[in-house]
Amino acid sequence: MSFTFNIKELAKQPPKLLPGHRLCAGCSVPTIVKLILLAAEGPTIVATATGCLEVATTIFPYTSWNVPWIHNAFENVAATASGIEAAIKAMKRRGAFKYERVNIIAFAGDGGTYDIGIQALSGAIERGHDFLYVLYDNEAYMNTGIQRSGGTPLGAATTTSPAGKVIPGKMQHKKPIADIVVAHRAPYVATATPAHWADLMRKTKKALSIRGPKFLHVLAPCCRGWRFDMHLTMEIAKLAVDTCYFPLWEYEKGEWRLTDRSLVIAKNPKLKKPIEEFLKVQGRFKHLFKPENRHIIKELQEYVDMVWEDLLKRAGIK
Amino acid sequence: MGQVKTQVKGRVMGLNGNEAVAWAVKQCNVDLVAAYPITPQTIIVEKFSEFVANGEVHTEFVPVESEHSAMSACVGAAATGARAFTATAANGLALMWEILYIAASLRLPIVMAVTNRALSAPINIHCDHSDTMGARDSGWIQLYVEDPQEAYDTTIQAFKIAEHPDVLLPVMVNLDGFFLSHTLQDVHILPDEVVKEFVGTRKPIEVYVPYLGKKVPLKLDPEYPLTFGPLDLYDYYFEHKMHQIEAMKNAKRVIKEVNEEYAKISGRKYGNGLVVPYGLEDAEVAIVVLGSTGGTVRYVAKKLRKEGYKVGVLRIRAFRPFPVEDVVELLRRVKVVGVMDRSVSFGARGGPVFLEVRSAFYDEKEKPIIVNYIYGLGGRDAPPSLIESIYKELLRIAETGKVEQLIKYVGVRE
Repeated sequence: MSFTFNIKELAKQPPKLLPGHRLCAGCSVPTIVKLILLAAEGPTIVATATGCLEVATTIFPYTSWNVPWIHNAFENVAATASGIEAAIKAMKRRGAFKYERVNIIAFAGDGGTYDIGIQALSGAIERGHDFLYVLYDNEAYMNTGIQRSGGTPLGAATTTSPAGKVIPGKMQHKKPIADIVVAHRAPYVATATPAHWADLMRKTKKALSIRGPKFLHVLAPCCRGWRFDMHLTMEIAKLAVDTCYFPLWEYEKGEWRLTDRSLVIAKNPKLKKPIEEFLKVQGRFKHLFKPENRHIIKELQEYVDMVWEDLLKRAGIK
Repeated sequence: MGQVKTQVKGRVMGLNGNEAVAWAVKQCNVDLVAAYPITPQTIIVEKFSEFVANGEVHTEFVPVESEHSAMSACVGAAATGARAFTATAANGLALMWEILYIAASLRLPIVMAVTNRALSAPINIHCDHSDTMGARDSGWIQLYVEDPQEAYDTTIQAFKIAEHPDVLLPVMVNLDGFFLSHTLQDVHILPDEVVKEFVGTRKPIEVYVPYLGKKVPLKLDPEYPLTFGPLDLYDYYFEHKMHQIEAMKNAKRVIKEVNEEYAKISGRKYGNGLVVPYGLEDAEVAIVVLGSTGGTVRYVAKKLRKEGYKVGVLRIRAFRPFPVEDVVELLRRVKVVGVMDRSVSFGARGGPVFLEVRSAFYDEKEKPIIVNYIYGLGGRDAPPSLIESIYKELLRIAETGKVEQLIKYVGVRE
């Protein structure tokens, strides 16, 4: 399925996430949400887990949401979306809901997805609800002030995995959340970044054209938590892809496909940058460049290579 | 149960309390049932799943992976304008805790049946009220029923109460685990069309939205963007709590009205809806009780009254909102009141019902002596002999004016 996007035309559309919200300058999340909602044509209902996005877009009596929107709690956005989807089915049966198809989109951060929300997510996918779950992954509990999550990568310093004298940052790898969703045999799973915007929008459109539970894992660089200058957000997202730290791919009906820049790198492996390129521009990895911690960079590089090679095999490139 | 003459003819079915609830839900045009099995509630969702599987209802049944998700799905559904129902007990209710408050605070008229069961640990599947008493401050209306018939009737009434524009609060229908959930009774079932007409279909209230410049139904609808569940800090949170407090006050009136309206279609009436008194006109001593024990207490009271003892019963049907006025009015001339609590508030001076009843009388000049009996924890039986011994003790206190023990734990090994 191919889609073309005219950025000038898109800019003319009334935004579904309105200006005036309180997300940080340099935050990638509003860009992600705006791109996804631009791609989501037709009637749409949005549910959002507790987190940066919810807190910063809705302080009463204000709201930035130009679509019907609900926040229930932290760990249950998938269950909330299940209820909305099921209710609409029943209301249609008694003629109380006029739309044939509604996009039901759930947004949650990494805490609300990898950790506290994984049960509700797994249940909703297993039950086959027709909705799109968007994980905006800023790789730590940023809303509460940068605590480690299941999505925090190896070596990253957070306030609960600080770079100490004995323990230099988080000592575990990022949980392969998208693979976990693929293991549920969800009909569509994809990764994306806001920097690769056309890829993100195409994947959104594709996801919304498919019935059943869909999952978009979007990397969301966070200048406050990752410790980089706010103008570098999109550059960092690009580096995540260029180093194969965060490859762009999609999974549909048993098939993996690399997309956008990751497909280019797969075809021309010389373009793959070393992981240091991604790490050295972020304060959260600063301590890894000390001689005694260098081995963590090596370990991270090996891990990235292993995941990338595995992905190439799954995508039939190797 | 009071008898009122009516023309409506239903049918009589042998149902246990859980099946009675499932039948009521079947007749109430419910859009969504999201539930997770837990003893002794499970029969409700099993029975309801049969109705769904056989195409007898339009309802979407969502077999969620936890009670937390059950209540979360109900919140999503009710916010979309649907009528939503769930059922649980004990640990299941405890797992829902967080979302109970959210359902009530978002003013979503969800109905939930709770088959009262003791909370762990030690794990126990039998009846006490520790589960729902812990949820008494969550903003839910709580109605406690005495028998399977009342479980059926109250479930139907619950939708009408919850969705009343002056209330818009979720309602918990509490039936004692096993004593009611698994006990068969001849239950009068109203004709489908009578129930359907009584509860109607859910119509979300209309609210004026400044940025839309018009009134719209309060629900998630792609036609207009409404925001549910925003961040709400010190500048508005308190006002929103005041609305809930007001709604809970209104609920007292509405529960009474619905009790009257329901009597017209069914011929059945439960006191004034909030409390069900017996023998209080001339009672010297009275027992205050909730749930299925109410029947046992009334049975014993009848027997003692025949023997010439002036004893009475006040069964509290609505624990939230608490019927302070009725309690005071009905018990003020009684000499001694024994409040029976089927749960403990650890470290408090008595059980939750006792605290409410005693507090209700604080400002009254004319008031009874009020003592507390904590009984039946973890399903421990409360036979007529136990009730009789309580009445006898209350009569002794009335005679001597002396209270030896304010809070007594009865039916327990020393």
